Amino acid sequence: MLNSLLEITGLEVAYGGIQAVKGIELHVGKGELVALIGSNGAGKTSTLKAIAGLQPSSAGEVHFDGKSMSSVEACRRVSMGIALVPEGRGVFARLSVSENLLMGAYSRSDAGISDDLQRMYDLFPRLIERRDQLAGTLSGGEQQMLVMARALMSRPRLLMLDEPSMGLAPLMVKKIFETIREVAAQGMSILLVEQNARLALQVANRGYVLEGGIIALSGRASDLLQSDEVKRAYLGG
Amino acid sequence: MPNAPDRVLFQRILFTAILLLLPFAVDALLGRGWLRIVDFAMLYIMLALGLNIVVGYAGLLDLGYIAFFAVGAYCYALADSPHLALAFPQLFPDGVHLSLLIVLPMAALLAGGMGVLLGAPTLKLRGDYLAIVTLGFGEIIRIFMNNLNAPVNLTNGPQGISRIDPISIAGVSFNATQRIFGITFPSVHLYFYLFLFFAMLVVFISRRLERSRIGRAWMAIREDEIAASAMGINTRNLKLLAFAMGAAFGGISGTLFAGFQGFVSPESFSLMESVMVLCMVVLGGMGHIYGVILGGLLLALMPEILRHSVVPLQQALFGKTIIDPESLRMLLFGIALILVMLYRPAGLWPSRVRRRELSTDEKTR
Repeated sequence: MLNSLLEITGLEVAYGGIQAVKGIELHVGKGELVALIGSNGAGKTSTLKAIAGLQPSSAGEVHFDGKSMSSVEACRRVSMGIALVPEGRGVFARLSVSENLLMGAYSRSDAGISDDLQRMYDLFPRLIERRDQLAGTLSGGEQQMLVMARALMSRPRLLMLDEPSMGLAPLMVKKIFETIREVAAQGMSILLVEQNARLALQVANRGYVLEGGIIALSGRASDLLQSDEVKRAYLGG
Repeated sequence: MPNAPDRVLFQRILFTAILLLLPFAVDALLGRGWLRIVDFAMLYIMLALGLNIVVGYAGLLDLGYIAFFAVGAYCYALADSPHLALAFPQLFPDGVHLSLLIVLPMAALLAGGMGVLLGAPTLKLRGDYLAIVTLGFGEIIRIFMNNLNAPVNLTNGPQGISRIDPISIAGVSFNATQRIFGITFPSVHLYFYLFLFFAMLVVFISRRLERSRIGRAWMAIREDEIAASAMGINTRNLKLLAFAMGAAFGGISGTLFAGFQGFVSPESFSLMESVMVLCMVVLGGMGHIYGVILGGLLLALMPEILRHSVVPLQQALFGKTIIDPESLRMLLFGIALILVMLYRPAGLWPSRVRRRELSTDEKTR
């Protein structure tokens, strides 16, 4: 798999004695949008955290751009190009919108930061209106836009989104997914974790179905959408 | 109409002049005893600003902060008193009398090291759990000071260390009246200027930190630690740095305290003192330098104001003292805390409001 940006083999994550991820294989190619779907407690968030280095893995390997990540600290992985938008958004509530965006560029020291800031405001025009407002005062949807923009500020090569639709109104969900599609169209590699399986599979190229910490199914997103098992378990018949 | 930079410059000159003339004004209007109280208030302000780095910026609740003040105080006490010569005549036959300029960086470093020592095992703790561990740490230091008179008499135990040399820099003693350029500066005035200098230094460093990459990273950790590490912030190192920086400021303040007071004993470093400093930060406005200064000033002066008003007032009204000002102090203090938390939960002078005001000013201009 020469074109793989992210390559996971035999990944296991355990919290104390409880195994959340029980040896999974997964890969994300360059410019690919991959969806990781599954029900609550299937191990989706744990997988993302392990890739970002926020949760130590108990076994298995994460390779990013051909390099093993096992001895790379979380803070170094960001500058290598792995960005995570954490579950529940995680805005810096008492910092302003622009300060939040600048925090996204924390790992960078190049001169392009202000240009990128402008690009984010172009991508999310709502944010420029609220530039000086405290991030905690934004609506849920605006906060989701903010954290996506913030993650993009690190100029990632792999963008990982954890449940971007969580707790949002349907119209906002639609808007967020349009943006995801747009970012993907610009060539970004994306690993998308979602409970909303239909939406996720509609935008993704490929998908994995995680069940009880193992990959139950994988394949092209369009095939998964048609699969009886997925339909029964996640798409409501 | 003067333009903005001119006005800022004018304000700064005015402010500096007021600060420089303050000791003379306090001395003339209120008496020398009050200037001494103001000197102590400056030490508290330094402490509060140091704790503000840990609690206000990095959001790490520290209930044992006074321990670093103690470390600084004992550093100076040991380095500039006859105690070591008396306790270890073979090792220090002539006693030790190090210059403040040597002791101060030493104390700051040692206190900073202690800060890391406290920070390292508590990296994964937050909120209440961190508060409990730091509280324990503060007590451990105090109890050490209390009991380290045996088997070797390092701290002289509960009696404390007395006869500490007054501060003197380049041969100029701060304990005597000095005449400079024909102006007479009594000792308390000299200490005021010394403490003012260090308080300004702490304010300057705090301000620079606040607007730096490090300061922003601390605030990100305070807001959401997981998200902060997802930004590529090395949360471990930055939390340790916050502990170390805060502790170093505490150590500096403690060193000056020992030189000013001439006597240190473990009872000056009780849990209540840690709580007091934390209240200065919280009451004034966590994370806002000027708010914290206000909080420090208010809480350091309040007991003295009470002492000087409650007793005479009761004497005049009833002919005798019914309520001891010390017990009234805690009552009023408690009421003040409750009121502030109810009506100004961000503190008396929080930062965001001000910044918002300023930015709307700019827009309307």
